[in-house]
Parts: sequence; C-alpha cells; structure tokens
Amino acid sequence: MRSFLIRFLHAHRLRKWLGVVLLTLGVAASAVTVSHWLSLNQDDLHDPANPDIRLLQNPAEALSKLPPDAVGNQVNWVKALEQGYINPRTNIYPETKIRVLDKDVLMQKTGEMPMVLFPHKQHTKWLDCSNCHEELFKSKDGATPGLNMFAILQGEFCGRCHGAVSFPLTECNRCHSVPRTATGAPVKIP
Amino acid sequence: MILLMLLAPLPLRAEYGDVVLNKRAEKEGMRPVIFPHWFHRIRFRCKVCHFELGFKMRAGANDVLMSEIIDGKFCGMCHNDRIAWGPDRCDLCHSGKPGLKSGIYGGHSTGGPGKW
Repeated sequence: MRSFLIRFLHAHRLRKWLGVVLLTLGVAASAVTVSHWLSLNQDDLHDPANPDIRLLQNPAEALSKLPPDAVGNQVNWVKALEQGYINPRTNIYPETKIRVLDKDVLMQKTGEMPMVLFPHKQHTKWLDCSNCHEELFKSKDGATPGLNMFAILQGEFCGRCHGAVSFPLTECNRCHSVPRTATGAPVKIP
Repeated sequence: MILLMLLAPLPLRAEYGDVVLNKRAEKEGMRPVIFPHWFHRIRFRCKVCHFELGFKMRAGANDVLMSEIIDGKFCGMCHNDRIAWGPDRCDLCHSGKPGLKSGIYGGHSTGGPGKW
C-alpha cells in the first residue's frame, strides 16, 4: 500500500488529475452546502407551463441580498429590518396606530429546557397587538389555557407563525434562551 | 405502521411561507393562487395585511372573492394597477399547478406548521 502511494504521488500527471478531481468535488460540495433558493419553475407549486411565470421574481434574486439565516427563507428578517436592508411599510391607512411595545415576558414552565424569554419589541415591530391578543394569547400572565410545546408544534400559539412564516420550531435555543441554575431558578438577566 | 409512513407523500417543495389559495379557483377553471410571503414581507409589515386588510393568520380561513379584489378589498388594496399589477393580470397570481390543496407550505427545514 505504502509503495503504491509513493509511486502514485511521484507520477506528475496523476497528481495533476487528482488535483482537478479534488477541486471539482470541493466546488460541488460547497455548492450543496451553501444556501440556495429554488427558482419558481423548479418548485412543486408553480406551474412551469404558465407563460407569465417568467415575469415573477425568483426568491434568490431578492433574498440573497438580505442577512442570511440557516432556516426558513434563509433570511434573518429581524436583522434585515433592524439594519435597514428592508423598510417595510407599517400601515396603509393613515389613521392606523403603530403600537411597538418593549416588554419581555419570561415563560418559566418549560420543564428542564431553558426558559423562554418572549420579546414584545421584535414582534410588535411587525405585528399589531390584536394579531395575538386576546385570541391566541391572553394578556394576563399565565392565563393562556393549553399553552404547551405539543400545541405549539401542531401550529397553535407560537406555532401559528413559527413554522409557517417566521423561523421554524427546529431552532429551540432562539426561544429557550434563559438557562436554569441548579436550583431551577433562572439566571438573572443583566 | 412504519411501512404506511413510508408511503406518505413527501412534502411539496416551495419557498418557505408560500400560501396556496384554492378554495374555488380550480373549480372555476383557474389555476390555484400562490401567495409568496417573502416578496410581501420585504415591502409590508405583518400588521398591514393581518390587521388593516383583514386577512386571518390561518391558511384556509379567508374567503376572498375575485369581486372583492376588484372592489379594492383584500389583495385588491394594492393589486389595483396603481400600487401593484391589477386584477386583469390573471396568470401572475393564478400560477399554481393543478390539484394543489389550500394551505401554507414550507421549504427549508420544515413542511409548514405541524409538519416536520
């Protein structure tokens, strides 16, 4: 085996071809791991026979310019808004009140998982109070019946949006971000 | 049981957040409508459609009629040939493959709410 390798590596032409093969494999591997978006005529929804499909913008064209993420649309939408990549309209009707609330809610009944810190600010920049209150969530602390991870995974509560339009529920630590101490009490947030 | 699960259809590939509206489109001889959330998120916050325009945040819960759109309600608030293309450009919205069921579809890492 060793003498075969030595003879192989001494053969210059073979070395060159080995380099070409490895380079091709490397490029192919990076193309697979780098995020990409399906174009509209490749997905399972759009009818490629529709003559107007060529007029619709492909996701890659717009989304590749936004801060990347590993999941969902592969865009970090909160960052895109905060850093000014996008400036989506807040309202159409001039009389609509914009209500942004900066208030964190600590949800402690998460078994042994780190506790959930729900930030109103990032949500109210996109959503109105009535989108969640009172139909999905009660405003009163602890008053929402049936709020548990099973229901969330089925598309209720947080799962109404997370898993549908906002980042999916495979990203546990984005919500479960407050570690528990040995006694179970939350670590103090500075 | 496991064999039955193997027969289950694979989730349809779409861009994350794509909504198919096919309550009556195909019955009336049109392609199902595909609504892409990503394109609209760049331009509007959630509250514009889901608070001001009255769209419910549940695929299949909205009953949108073409007559309402032409009247300027729902999609027609913007798709009126002034802000965005008008309701006469049928194929730009009615762009789905035949047989699609109404619902919100996933893409990268999830097939939609409740589907993993």
